[in-house]
Parts: sequence; C-alpha cells; structure tokens
Amino acid sequence: MATTDIHIHQNVHQHDDHGHEHDEHHEGNFWTTYIFSQDHKIIAKQFLITGIFWALLGGTLSVIFRLQLGFPDMNLDWLKPVLGEWITAEGKLDPEFYLALVTMHGTIMVFFVLTAGLSGTFSNFLIPLQIGARDMASGFMNMLSYWFFFLSSVLMFISLFLETGPAAGGWTIYPPLSALPQAIKGSGMGMTLWLVAMAFFIVSSLLGSINYITTVINMRTRGMSFTRMPLTIWAFFFTAIIGVLSFPVLFAAALLLIFDRSFGTSFYLSDIYIGGEALAHDGGSPVLFQHLFWFLGHPEVYIVLLPALGLSSEIIATNSRKPIFGYKAMIGSMLFIAILSFIVWAHHMFVTGMNPFLGSIFMLLTLIIAVPSAVKIFNYVTTLWKGNIVFTPAMLFSIGLVSFFLTGGITGIFLGNSAIDIQLHDTYFVVAHFHLVMGSASFFGMLAGIYHWFPKMFGRMMNETLGQVHFWLTFVGVYLVFFPMHYIGIAGFPRRYYSWTNFETFSGFTDLNMLVSIAAIGTLIAQFIFLFNFFYSIWRGRLAPLNPWNSTTLEWTTPRNPGHGNWVGEIPSVYRWPYDYSKPGAKEDFIPQHIPYSETPESNLPHENELIKLETSNGEGAIIVEGNKH
Amino acid sequence: MMSLIIFLGVVLVLVILFLIFRLSTLVGIAKGKKESYVGENNGVHGVLFIVFTVLGLAAFFWYSYTYFDVYTLPIASEHGKRTDSLFWITMAVTVVAFVIISIVMFVFIYQYRYKEGRKAKFFPDNHYLELTWTIIPAIVLAVLIFTGLRTWNDITSPASKEAEVIEVIAQQFAWTARYPAKDKELGKVNYKLIDAVNEFGLDLSDKNSFDDFKSLELHFPVDEEILLKIRAKDVLHSVFLPHFRVKMDAVPGMPTQFKFKATKTTEEMRTETGNPNFNYELACTEICGKGHFSMRMPVVVEDRESYDRWKASQEAWLKQNPDYLKNVPAQLKEAAMIKAGLQKDPGAGVAAVKE
Repeated sequence: MATTDIHIHQNVHQHDDHGHEHDEHHEGNFWTTYIFSQDHKIIAKQFLITGIFWALLGGTLSVIFRLQLGFPDMNLDWLKPVLGEWITAEGKLDPEFYLALVTMHGTIMVFFVLTAGLSGTFSNFLIPLQIGARDMASGFMNMLSYWFFFLSSVLMFISLFLETGPAAGGWTIYPPLSALPQAIKGSGMGMTLWLVAMAFFIVSSLLGSINYITTVINMRTRGMSFTRMPLTIWAFFFTAIIGVLSFPVLFAAALLLIFDRSFGTSFYLSDIYIGGEALAHDGGSPVLFQHLFWFLGHPEVYIVLLPALGLSSEIIATNSRKPIFGYKAMIGSMLFIAILSFIVWAHHMFVTGMNPFLGSIFMLLTLIIAVPSAVKIFNYVTTLWKGNIVFTPAMLFSIGLVSFFLTGGITGIFLGNSAIDIQLHDTYFVVAHFHLVMGSASFFGMLAGIYHWFPKMFGRMMNETLGQVHFWLTFVGVYLVFFPMHYIGIAGFPRRYYSWTNFETFSGFTDLNMLVSIAAIGTLIAQFIFLFNFFYSIWRGRLAPLNPWNSTTLEWTTPRNPGHGNWVGEIPSVYRWPYDYSKPGAKEDFIPQHIPYSETPESNLPHENELIKLETSNGEGAIIVEGNKH
Repeated sequence: MMSLIIFLGVVLVLVILFLIFRLSTLVGIAKGKKESYVGENNGVHGVLFIVFTVLGLAAFFWYSYTYFDVYTLPIASEHGKRTDSLFWITMAVTVVAFVIISIVMFVFIYQYRYKEGRKAKFFPDNHYLELTWTIIPAIVLAVLIFTGLRTWNDITSPASKEAEVIEVIAQQFAWTARYPAKDKELGKVNYKLIDAVNEFGLDLSDKNSFDDFKSLELHFPVDEEILLKIRAKDVLHSVFLPHFRVKMDAVPGMPTQFKFKATKTTEEMRTETGNPNFNYELACTEICGKGHFSMRMPVVVEDRESYDRWKASQEAWLKQNPDYLKNVPAQLKEAAMIKAGLQKDPGAGVAAVKE
C-alpha cells in the first residue's frame, strides 16, 4: 500500500484529500448534488439504485409465476392483499395475469435492470474514472439520460397497477396480440404505457450512449491511447455504439405499433377476425414487426452482455494478478461480436413463416458468432492459468459469469441451427439458454462490478464473507433453476404456459418444476444478503483503502471519495497498458497505468525502454505513443 | 394468528443473523486482521469450486443417463430422425467441449488459488494458442453448419404434388382443421366472410370450397407426405407437433406451411411406448392470450385405409350448413349440392332444401 501512495503523490501532485471529503470545490445544495446532479458518479449511483429496485421487483414477479408452475395446486389466497383481483376466487393466479407477470419480468430484467442498471451504472461510473476525465462529455445530457429513464420507470411501474393489468403479450410484444385490446386485457392501457415508457427508455439510452461514445473518443487523458484502455472501456464503447445503432429501430417499431393501435394504420395487421368482427386492417405483416423488433432485440443481447464481459475481464485480470490473456484478441472478438450482432437477428424467427432461404443465411451467420465467444472463454481460462487467484466476491461472481457464459453459450449452438431449432423453438430449452448466457451471466457481471467498485463508489468496503456466501447461494441457485429447464425443453414443454395439465405429452416433470421453483425462491432470498450488505456497507462498512484490490487502472488514483471532477489537481497521465500485473522484475505484483517506464527500469521490456525517451521530453509525447507489444 | 407467529419467527431469525454478523465484524476488528487484502479463507473457495464441479457434473450425467426416456420424446416423422440425430451430434460435440473446458477452468481456479509469496506468470499473449482456438471451433462449427443447412433445405423444400393437403386454422383458443375432401383442392377463403358459423371464411363462389369439411381432430395418414397449410384468424399462434418435430407459426394475413411424413400410426406408438392411452397432440407455442396453455388439438395418425374411411364419414361443411347455399352463385348451385353431398340427384333436391 505504502509504495503506491508514494507514486500517487509524485505523479499527481495530489493533495491530502481528507479536508475535501465532504465539501468539494463546487457549490451545490442537496437537490443539485444528489437529485439533479451532473456528476457522472452520482448519476451512476442513481442508475444503480433504480436498477436494484427493478431487479428486486423483476425477481419477485418471477417467483410469483414460479409458484404457479412449481406448485400448481397451491392456494395463493395469501397473495390477495398484494395482487387483489388477480387471485381468482379459487385461490389461483389469473392466467392472464400470469402472462402479464412473464411479460413484465422479461421487460424489467432485459431493459430496466440489465441495460439501464448495468450499462447506466458502470458506463457512467467507470468511463471518466478509467480514461482519466473529469466528467462525461456532457454532464447535462447525462443527467437527462437518467431522468428520462426515471420517467420511463415511473410509467412502467404505474402500468403494474392498472385494472386491466400491465402489458401481457410477452416482452417481445408481437402484434397482433399486442395491438388488439380485445385479444388480451393487457393490450389496452397497459400496452400503451409500455410503449410510451419504452419510448422514453430509448431516449434515455440514446442520450447515454452518445455521451459514452463521445467521452471515450474525446476525453481520454494524456497517454491513454485506445490500446491502453482497459477492456471495460472497450466493452462500454462497443455497447454504446450497438445501442445507438439499434435502439432507434425499436423506436420505429414501437411507433408503427402505436399507429396501428391508435390511428387505424395497418403496418402489422391484416386479415384479422376477432371478437365477432372482421377488422378493416389490411395488407400489414406481423412478421415485419418481428424483423424490426429483433433488429434491436438481438444486439440488445450484446448490449446486456458486453459490459458484463468487460467488467469481468478487468476483475479476472486483477484478481488473478495476471494480464488478461490476449488483450487485442479480446478487443477483436468484442468488435467482431458487435458487428455480427447486427446480422443474426432472424435466428429468432426460423419458424415464423419467413422464407427458408433467409433461415439458412441467418443460421450461417449465427453460428459464426460462436467463434469469437469461444475465443473469449479460452482467453479467460488462460488468464486464470498460473495466476495467483484471490477470491474476492467480485472475482467469484466473475468466475460464475464465465461458467454461465460457457454453459448457456453452448446451447446457442443448438438453437442457432435452424434444423434443430424447429423442435426447440419457444420451449424451455430456449428459456434455459438465454437465462444462463444473457440473464445470469450479465447479472453476475453486474454484481461483480458492484462488489469490485463499491469502495470507489461509496468509499467503504462491503463485507467480504457475506459477499462470498451470497455468491455461493446464488451460483448454485441459478444452476438449479436453469439447468433442469434444458431437460424440460428437450421434452418439448412450451414457454409461457400457465400450466401443462391440458396435455398428455407435457404431463411429466412436476418434480423438476418444483425443484426449479424452490431454487428460484431460495435464490431470491439470497439476494437479501446482498441488499443488507450493500446498504449496511454504504454507511457502516470498513473505510476503503485507496486501492483495495491492488489494481492498475486510473480510478484507484483518485481520493477515497472523489468529488465532482474526480482528481484533485492534475489528471494523471498514462504511460502503460492497464494489465501490468506480476511483471517479471517488478517489486510489486502490479504497476499502475500512471507509473512511467522511467521509474520501473527493473521490469521494462526492451521496447518499453525505448519509450522512456518520449516520456521525459514532455508530456505531449506520450499521446502519440502506441503499442503494447509484449 | 399463525401468520403472526411466522412473521415473528422470521424477524427473530433475522435479528439473530444480524447479531452474528455484528459479532463477527467486531471480533474481526478486535483481532486487528486485514494485514493483507486476501481473506483468510481464500483457499476454501478453490476447494468449493472443485466440489461444485464434481457434484455438478455427476448430477448432470446421472440425470441425463437415468431419465433419458423421460425427457426424450419418441420420434414419429422422417425429418425428425434427421433433426434429432443432428441434435445428438451437436450434443456430443458440445458436451465434450463443455466438460473439458469446465474441468480445466475449475482445476486452474483450484490449483492457482492465492499463495503468499508466489508470483503469477506474466503471460499476456501467444498467437499460436489464439490461432488454435479460433480455428478449431471454426472448423467444428463449419461442419455443424453444413450438416444443418442440408437438413434444413430438405425440410423446407417444396412439397410434392401428391402431398396430402390439410389446413390447420388457429384462433383464440382452439384449432380447427379443414380438409379438401375428394377434389383435393382447398376452397378459397376470405377473412371478411368469417362469421359465427362460417368459421373458415369459406368463399362459396369457388367451387373447390363445396366439399371442404371441418374437423376438430387432426387426422393424417402414415408414410405419406403431408402438407400442413397453416392460417391464423386473430393473433399469432404456432403449430407444434412435438412427436413429429414440426413447428410453424400461424400468422394472420400470411399463410404458412410445413411438409412432413409421419412414420408411426397412433396404434404403433401405443405399442412402442407401452401406453395404451397414448395420443399425439398439437400444441400452441406462440403466446396468444389467456388460453394459450389450453390450445390443444388431438391428432390421429392412421394407415391409408382407415384414413380414407374416416374422411368418407365426414360431412362437407356446406352440407352441415345448407343455409349458406344462398351465397353460392346461381350457376354453381347444382354443382355445389352434388359436391357437398346434399343431393345425389340434381333437380329433385333443390325444392327439398328450400322448404
């Protein structure tokens, strides 16, 4: 610890930060500091807290419908105080409300937790801190981004309390079901609120993404070339680009759906006879909506996943005390995944009646995406090899992420194959697949990120033991929830079924379904350990050292509670890549990015000694320095 | 009262847990540990990962082996054999990869857990390694893709002219089948003609529609190519015949189809599964509203002979609903009556119906 401090003082001319802890140089009352703040760190925390709220709600909804699936005979009267009329007179969950639960669980988890909660928190928090910027390119836009998200959250939350219920046509809101209130109650006001909320959500996401991209391109500190950026930043950067390119398409899809619903157009509707009358809509195509939806929907998977992979890359390298293996290959595979993510969308649509030739093309492209994903897994495993692994809660969750990414990714090879997908499409096999590879993996990435950067966010440490207990319960719980679903899926059980008793073919597996439900309840309960740890540690946790994980990146050179502007005094310059862990010859097992090569002659590689000249001439030289050829 | 006791019990447990937590924190402070940022119990997690791997893989293989017959559905179609073999080939390849990678990863995690004084190996990259594990998955995937493509193309190729055409119509929340009967041509339909009785929206100006009949059970012959024409009246639905590995969405405004060949009759399947009550079923697999989970249609597969017998026993829709004769253009009325089986002898029957 001591040596690190000395470096910090030498390079940053850092003042003693104790005097500045609570009143920074800028003016501000409670409202401008904590509510309408333009400080990226506060905004990140706002996203985080809102995300945690949604995660809890989304998880609770899933447990309610798991009660129905695992214990179909259970009397749910005790839920009446909360759910009211949605519990029928027989003490059962209303089948339509079941669909609403499924829909809202999906919407909340995909968009409000794993997009806004994950990207919103960590892109905001880490981009300026890790690239050495005082704040985002536009603090005001950043603030708007959160408040649009907040508005969207409020609308979505209100929709839960409508008498006709929230949207219930599945999170993919395929029309005509989502367009016709006579088809399902949730397609009335609930769907309207869903669409309006999502429109605001998209605005929020775009404001955020544009800001992230601009900040990464323009505001890196001296010496922070693209090839010296931590993988987290690369991941957020790609995520933001994907978001900017794909969310507008969802906006268009939603807008056309609003037209169809309210203004009598026929973009998605044709030849419909419902409720005793033939509708006037003619010439539309429901499949068009699916194309537009999945043009966002598939990149969305990577919007959710890439930040998690970025966070875990950083955490695994730090806690293995090793450079991430294949830094450039990791960037390359993320780039490749980002590009491919735009041209695989129709693998969600193999059996929608789409031209089978398109199916072949999309199958080809889809399976190609497995290659960069495999490269990432191999690189993680090699990073662990001959490391010196510290099992901090963040590291445990990152390991969990890799495990889920592997288990869930592998089933993607089945589903991406259109011939095999015929049978598996819309069965529990799909549910198992995406909950592991996208849901749980990203969720673990988010938790890992919280555990790892909590000291920087709140200046205090979370309790390690509680974090580890939380990990084991959640890790085992998630596997118990989703692994059995593979079997249920292979047996053909369709998704979004309220019960299977109407079918002889799907009459089995009451035992597995019960196991899944019990595990889901247990996993949800385990999250309260986290909640306790999180909120308790904000106020009562152990004071965090400046660099608790002996990490190399810039955020750990800031004061314990960085104020608006992040660094007191000059922003540190960057002289090396972010993964100089356990470098041969070095005194410590890490050399932070802001330590010049001239200070570490004992560990420099030959080409790094060359760079010393550039460092000493003047600081400007460092900007043009490229290259980390190890 | 009971719930109050439960509530108090939960509160008590929480308070105890909190006290334990506080106590351990205070003891930690008193001990003055935290010299190193590496926890004392760091190694435990390495061991736990090994335990997890062993137990997890054991459970996986045990369940997969023991309950194989429970989670696999018998196959009853020709293309189903191919897609299932693709499925199991992919399974073999991926399980091998999964097991190897999992074991290697968790062994590394155990083996290289933190030890004081050890320094990790500085190993930032190795082009040969990276090339290897880019190329090997690429080759394996290429093989899987091409076998998959061939199967997919065969399954989705056009049906032959002789295929037995049957239409399946989806609506909230039921399936109906329409058979072309003797003329082997389905009559035209128009959704604007749909009403409470004319569920199909049968266009009676088309002579092919006269003998079409409706069925609430799906019957089809074994060992013959079947072409399912699929249509939806209100929202999206999806035809799923699990034993035949058939799935295709029903889309309002866009008729879809799926061709396949059944290989086992219902009777044969009863013998094979040893379940005398076995029945094939058709399920809906696209969320369609409240009754999604109850959209079941019984399916009967039989040999040609009994299939023909069954067909012959069905009455044309027009025969069941003679009122609709008024929608038949005047010049076709006679043909309609004959085709629908309303009257054998033209001329004599018209008056009878009009009564």
